[in-house]
Formats: sequence, C-alpha cells, structure tokens
Amino acid sequence: MSTTLRNEPAITPELVAAHGLKPDEYQRILDLIGREPSFTELGIFSAMWNEHCSYKSSRIHLRGLPTKAPWVIQGPGENAGVIDIGDGQAVVFKMESHNHPSFIEPYQGAATGVGGILRDVFTMGARPIACLNALSFGAPEHPKTRHLVSGVVAGVGGYGNSFGVPTVGGQVRFHSRYDGNILVNAMAVGLADADKIFYAAASGVDMPIVYLGSKTGRDGIHGATMASAEFDDDSDEKRPTVQVGDPFAEKLLLEACLEIMAKGCVVAIQDMGAAGLTCSAVEMGAKGDLGVDLDLDAVPTRERGMSAYEMMLSESQERMLMVLKPEKEQEAEAIFRKWGLDFAIVGRTTPSKRFVVRHGGDVMADLPIKELGDEAPVYHRPHVASPALPVLHARDIKAPMPVADALEKLIGSPELCSRRWVWEQYDHVIGGNTVQRPGGDAAVVRIEDGPKALALTVDVTPRYCEADPFEGGKQAVAEAWRNITAVGGKPLAVTDNLNFGNPERPEIMGQFVGCLRGISDACVALDFPIVSGNVSLYNETNGRGILPTPSIGGVGLIDDFTQAATLAFKAENEAILLIGETQGWLGQSVYLRDLCGREEGAPPPVDLAAERRHGDAVRGMIRGGVVSAVHDLSDGGLAVALAEMAMAGTIGAVLDAAPAEIVPHAWWFGEDQGRYLVTVPDAHLLGVLTKLKAVEVPVRQIGKTGGDALAIAGERPVAVAELKARFESWLPDYMAGKG
Amino acid sequence: MNSAILVFPGINRERDMARALTLITGHAPAMVWHAETELPPGTDLVVLPGGFSYGDYLRCGAIAARAPVMDAVHRFAEGGGLVLGVCNGFQILCEAGLLPGVLMRNAGLKFICRDVHLRVERSDTPFTRGYNAGQVIRVPVAHGEGNFVADDDTVRRLEGEGRVLYRYCSATGEVADDHNINGAAASIAGIVNARGNVLGMMPHPENHVEAVMGPTDGRGLFAGLVDHLGRAA
Repeated sequence: MSTTLRNEPAITPELVAAHGLKPDEYQRILDLIGREPSFTELGIFSAMWNEHCSYKSSRIHLRGLPTKAPWVIQGPGENAGVIDIGDGQAVVFKMESHNHPSFIEPYQGAATGVGGILRDVFTMGARPIACLNALSFGAPEHPKTRHLVSGVVAGVGGYGNSFGVPTVGGQVRFHSRYDGNILVNAMAVGLADADKIFYAAASGVDMPIVYLGSKTGRDGIHGATMASAEFDDDSDEKRPTVQVGDPFAEKLLLEACLEIMAKGCVVAIQDMGAAGLTCSAVEMGAKGDLGVDLDLDAVPTRERGMSAYEMMLSESQERMLMVLKPEKEQEAEAIFRKWGLDFAIVGRTTPSKRFVVRHGGDVMADLPIKELGDEAPVYHRPHVASPALPVLHARDIKAPMPVADALEKLIGSPELCSRRWVWEQYDHVIGGNTVQRPGGDAAVVRIEDGPKALALTVDVTPRYCEADPFEGGKQAVAEAWRNITAVGGKPLAVTDNLNFGNPERPEIMGQFVGCLRGISDACVALDFPIVSGNVSLYNETNGRGILPTPSIGGVGLIDDFTQAATLAFKAENEAILLIGETQGWLGQSVYLRDLCGREEGAPPPVDLAAERRHGDAVRGMIRGGVVSAVHDLSDGGLAVALAEMAMAGTIGAVLDAAPAEIVPHAWWFGEDQGRYLVTVPDAHLLGVLTKLKAVEVPVRQIGKTGGDALAIAGERPVAVAELKARFESWLPDYMAGKG
Repeated sequence: MNSAILVFPGINRERDMARALTLITGHAPAMVWHAETELPPGTDLVVLPGGFSYGDYLRCGAIAARAPVMDAVHRFAEGGGLVLGVCNGFQILCEAGLLPGVLMRNAGLKFICRDVHLRVERSDTPFTRGYNAGQVIRVPVAHGEGNFVADDDTVRRLEGEGRVLYRYCSATGEVADDHNINGAAASIAGIVNARGNVLGMMPHPENHVEAVMGPTDGRGLFAGLVDHLGRAA
C-alpha cells in the first residue's frame, strides 16, 4: 500500500517515546507497514503494543499454564473463561486489575475496574451473579492509605451496588510495599446457558459493525499506556487518563445485551475496555480473519471536535461493539432504543484483512489487522531466581509474649482483623442467592433456585511470593483450592491476576517466572485449570516494586448448598480435630512479622499431594454430614483459626497444651500448609478418626468446644467477647482516625 | 393476589421481589415497564422495587417519580389500591408525593449492607398483619440514602396517626440511637400514607423469605398482604 495519510502533528522521536514505544519497537512498526505511520496509527500501535494489551513481557511464560480440563468450555484468550457446571449451565468468570487508575483516582479507578470486569462477563452472554475483589494498600501509617481505602471501597461498592450484583468476598491487605502503588483486582462471575456463549470473532464479509452503549468522550485516552508505565512523584498529573464510570449505563447495557442475545441477533460481540474502539475492532476482525473498515463520523460522541486519534484511544466506559445478523438489525436497534442507549453502525467487515479508519472524508489509518496483534513485540526478558532464604527453626525464635497476649494482639491487627467495615459497604445480598456472606472461607452463591451453588474465593500471600516465588505461587493456588474445599465445594477452575513490578528488571522477571511455575504446578496437581486472567506489570513507584502478588480467583461447585459447611462452632462439647501435619513453621508467618518484627526466612512449603489428600478427605466428611464446622488454616495459624471459629459461633473452646515436641508459639501460630480444623459431634468421632487413618490423613484431637473463652491448658483464658471486640474494632477505628 | 412490579431503568431488585411474591402468593407478578401508562387490569398490589432508578443521579427516585407509569400509580393509590415501595421504591414514593418526607444520605455517609432488626409497631394494617405488634424481625438493608427526614410537624403527625409501621431497633426491640443505622428521624424504617394503603420502607423483606437460605422474617409482610386481600375479596 502506498496510501498517503494526513499527518499532524509530525512523528518525532519524542512523540514516539511519549507513546511508550521504544526505538526498536518503532522500527518494527516502520518495517511492518513500510512507511511512517500517521499520528492516529501511532496511537493505535501504542494502544495495541503496550504491556497491558499485548502481554509482550509475559506472553511466552503464560503459554505453559495448564488451561484444559473436560469441564473447560473456553480457556484464556476470550473476554472471560467459561466452565461447564452441568445441567446445561456454564459459569463465566475473570479477574482483572485496575491498579494504576485506582491509585491516581481511587473512586473512579476502582469503580471502572468493577465495570470493566462485569462487561467482560456479560459480553459472553452471562448474567453476572457475583463479584469479588482483592485489594492491597500501603502501610496503615502511610498518609495516603486512609484516603485510598476509603475511595476504593466506595468505588467498588458504588459501581457494583448500583449495577446490582452482590459483592460477596475478597481480600484486603496492608503493606508498605504498596505505599505508592496499590492493587485493585476485581473479579466477576456470571451464569449462562452452556450452549449460548458469545465470542468476539466476527464472521461474514460486509457485515455491519454496530456500536452500542454510551457515547465516546475524551476520558481515559491512553489509559492502557499509563497502566503500562511505572509511577513517579508526578503520577497525580495522570488523573485525566482515568475513566469515569456510569453503572446506570452499564446496567442498561447488560439488560439490552442479554435481551438481543436471547433474541438471536448477535454474531459477535466485544466490549470496549482497555484501548477502547481500537482494541475491540481489531480483535473482532483479527479473530474472524477479516478486515474492518470503521467510519468514525458515525461514532456517537459526547463532545464536538473529537479527532480520530482521540476517538480511537478513548476509554470511555460502558460501550460495546457487535456484529449483528443483518435481518435482526432493526429488532436489535428497537431493543437498544427502548433502553435509551446509543446504537450506530460504525463500520463493516471486509475481506482485505486491513484495519481502515476513516474520519471526515480522510483515511486516518490503514494497517494490517492481524499483525497489529500478532506482530506485537514478544520479549524474552532476562530473569534471575530470587535467592533462597534459610529455613528458620522455631527454637531459635524467642516468643516475645505469652500465647494468650499474642492471640489478642494478632486478632486485632491490620493483617488479621475483621474486614466488616469494607464488605458492609458492598451490597452482598442482592439477588437473594448469597448463602454464605463475606467473612467465611469462601463465599457461597446459590445458582438460581438451587440446589447447586458456587464457592468463590480470591487468595494469595504476597509475603510468601516475595520470599520464595515458586512456593508462594503454589500456595496461592492451594489456598484458593483449600478455601473452596472448606465450604464443601469441588474446586473447578481459576482466574489469575498477576501483579508484579517492572519486568525489565531481571529480579522482578524472576519473581514472575517463579510464581508462574508454582501456580502451574499447583494447578496441574490439584486439577484446577486456569481459564482466564490478566497481567499487570510495572507496579512500581520510584523504582520500588510491590510485593509479587499473583491473585488467584477460584470457582468451585457445591451440588447441594444446604450441605455447605461454615466455620462457626455449632455446639458445645464437640471434638475439635486438627487435620494435616504441623511442624510449627514460623518463617514468613504473620506472628514473626507483626509480633517479632522480622520479615524473614523461607515460607512454608506446600506438599501438593498431601494438600489434595487432606482436602479430598475434608470434602468427603462435609458431604457425609459428619462434621459440624470446617475452617482452613492460613495467616496466623492454629490459634487465629480457632479464634475465628469461636467468634463466628460465639462458643469458646477448651484446648490441650502444645505437644511437647513443638515450641508452643510455633504450634499455635505456625503457618504450615494443607491444614484444616473441623468439629465433630461425639456420635461421628470414632468413624471420622478411623476413616482419616485409612486414607493416611494426619489428624489430632486438640480439644473440645464449649465455654465462653479460648482456654488453652497452662495459658490465660481469652474471652471470646474480648477477641471479638478487638477483631471488629481495628478497621473502623483506623478509618475514623482513632488510635 | 395479582401483583405488578414496576421496572424503571436502573432498578435492580425486581427479580428478588418477583421471586418473593411468586413464592408467597403463588402467582408470578406482572413486570410493568416504566413507559406504560396503565397497570394490568385486576392488579391488587403495585410494588416499586429497590435499585438505582436512573442511576439516582439527581435526587434518589426523583426522575422515576415522573415516569409515565406513575400517573397510573397515583390513580391506583387514590382508588385505595395497595402500593409497596422498598428502598429505591420508598424514595420514589416520597418524590412522587405519595408519602411525606425524603430519604437523605445515611448519617455515616457510607452505603450500609447488613441485617437489621425492625420493630413492628402495629399489626392491624395490610402491611403488618402477618406480624404481632411489638414483634422484632430481622431483615437486610442495602442503601446509601435511607436517612428519613421530615419536618417536626410531619414526624409528629406520622407518630400521632400511627403511621410508623417499622422502626430500627435492637435484637430485643429497644429503639435507640445505637440501632438507628442511618440516622432516620424517630428511627423510622417504614411509613404509610394517611389512608394506610401506601407503604414505603428502606429494608428488604424480599431478601429474607426462604427457609433454605436462612431467616424468613420477611415473609410476614407478604403473607399479611395475601391474607388481607383474601379477606377483602
């Protein structure tokens, strides 16, 4: 092609750099198209080739992940993953980050993060039935933290509550390594008919491409490019790149989309997320082996005088691109008009495999459509493994205080205290299907009228990932698997949201590669394939990276939700059994960090075979109805897990002293993996112990429920009411500026 | 009992309400689009469900209160028909002038989703006959703007005329500031109009109606309506 395109401003090395393109990347563009790109084309390349959209640093490593299982309908590569849950039903889900925008403008950043992930799910034909999120904030004492917590939580709630989806679970953490770069990972889960899933690939030549939803404005231009750069002290100046969310428009878009899908109008559909119109149009064409010819004069705009460049790069929210069946076009338009949404034919599919953008009579871009995505640079970035840390021995760690004091401190600490202040700002009951609300091991959401339900969780322990990326990656997956198991669910599949620092630094790339290896091994061993995900790199400010944080969103299936287990103690005088092996692993524990002031040592290893054996046994006991309460052990170890069960049931426990071979603080606060606590009524005790022995699952009776305190032999009893007061007060007091 | 649920753009608890009504009345309600100008013939109960009509971008409920279907609702209420507004529905009824007062932002300035206790103030109304006077029920709230505000005369009149049907309270029925989750005047959670046929309430009885899901305290409200209409027929 020797098209001459109007070019202003002129392309200079400075302009190229401002688009986040390196000189060799620009050379690649020149080689690809054989001429200087137009300004609009440069913008398009910058949108398609940034880290956020192209996965150029991560792609080669993601290829090895386990993504298949008989129940996987759609793995990574579409808007969201899809799994079969039987009875003709499918679950569609994905998690995605909105880290940089949320740091710059917490309310809108978090809100549009939720909006974006909801759109990914309903684009595939699913009605969203639950949201979760994983939030990582800076240290509580950092001057910005309160403002960010308050804004992000309000934004997550503001969008989800108005849209009308229950937000049922998640994680909140504080650590100084997130001081300048918080993480907001939002997960959405939807329900669809297994035979009515919608995809992005266009089909048929000369088919009308329809623009639906809100108008295009100047917000969010270069959002994805911003999300692919590190932060510095001037990051606040990037506020105009953050989009503004309109949950009302999204709710209308949801209802309108599901209605036209049900009427059989839709051939292909793609939401406009990162890089807006550019990315969605290119994907529809490229996936369908077709060209796309866009006429920007037809695009509904919010303001006058928008250039082609601005329209192609706008990240205005609540917009969709579709290919409709021509004979159903009028019917679809009537439905959209009924919902008060814009509907415009903005282009056509072509046989040319070129991406042509016209505006005001001029051709503003004319690019090879496949190469825009496929020829994006792929980097084999150098990586170095994190140095192995020594295994700490519990006997070398001096207990700074008695067990009872330590428990009281930890239960009221920023890391382990109740997140009620957060989740009470989320509507978690809308839909009438929330069987288990936030605060348990996994949320349980009934599917329509039951008896099936989904078990949903988000997990990762970043301090483990930092200390040993491989073990940390394994642990994140195992923890999600364990949480689903603890409510009685069969873990089915995973969505991952990989948050790391600057991949151009070999040690960060080493963390990424190490975590992925661990995730991959665990997913294989636990039959827990990855069906969707998102990579967020460059989470750094002034050269300081975040803790490696690969959030794992897990989905499991419960056949009958009335048999799901909860963690609350149910009755007095029931045996408390500890399942799994306890060495007393204090390395990288919350106890060591928050009470001894040491972030040290190797994290607890995960034995995946044992994990599976223990979990399968626990799930079997839940289904058999022989256990009355179940809780997985994680941060804070045994004592904290017991306290959580006691507080939830308002029943205490009488507990044996630590076994002689383990130092007491390591027994009570060690974070050995693959463990659960269960309570068993007397009638079932013998049967349970016999069964566990037969399947070689370690078990030990550690006490009995009862009373109004946690009474450990030889220690001061700790009243459950006192624990609860501490547990519930830290976060509200902190947010109110008390203490 | 024939019920009709009004569907305004941005409403999002219409499905919850439909499930509760179907479960308790045995009949699926009619879903009535906001642009309609008539209610289905034979309607016994009109329900304005929760949500964020029109995004609540003006004052909550202000735009929905002027939707075409609301003329029919005014006529229905004037004829003595039963109207129930929950959450955003309560806000719409206030904005439409069918109920006095207004719902302001929660005193704590945050959205609140949790189970609360309500004291049923009297049992001799269509909306409360499924309960005993003084009974404490547990139902969830989910709102950012549920702080009922009216001038002193209006609140005195509501109290004097026995038009406060539901009030926030403790698990044992005490009414005090500690239990007044959103700062509402006189801890008001639900009121009726002077004629007693239009109820607005912030909490969501429709979310607590199924035994398999846990508490069922919301059932009484709907069961009472069925009972009332059965007797009237």
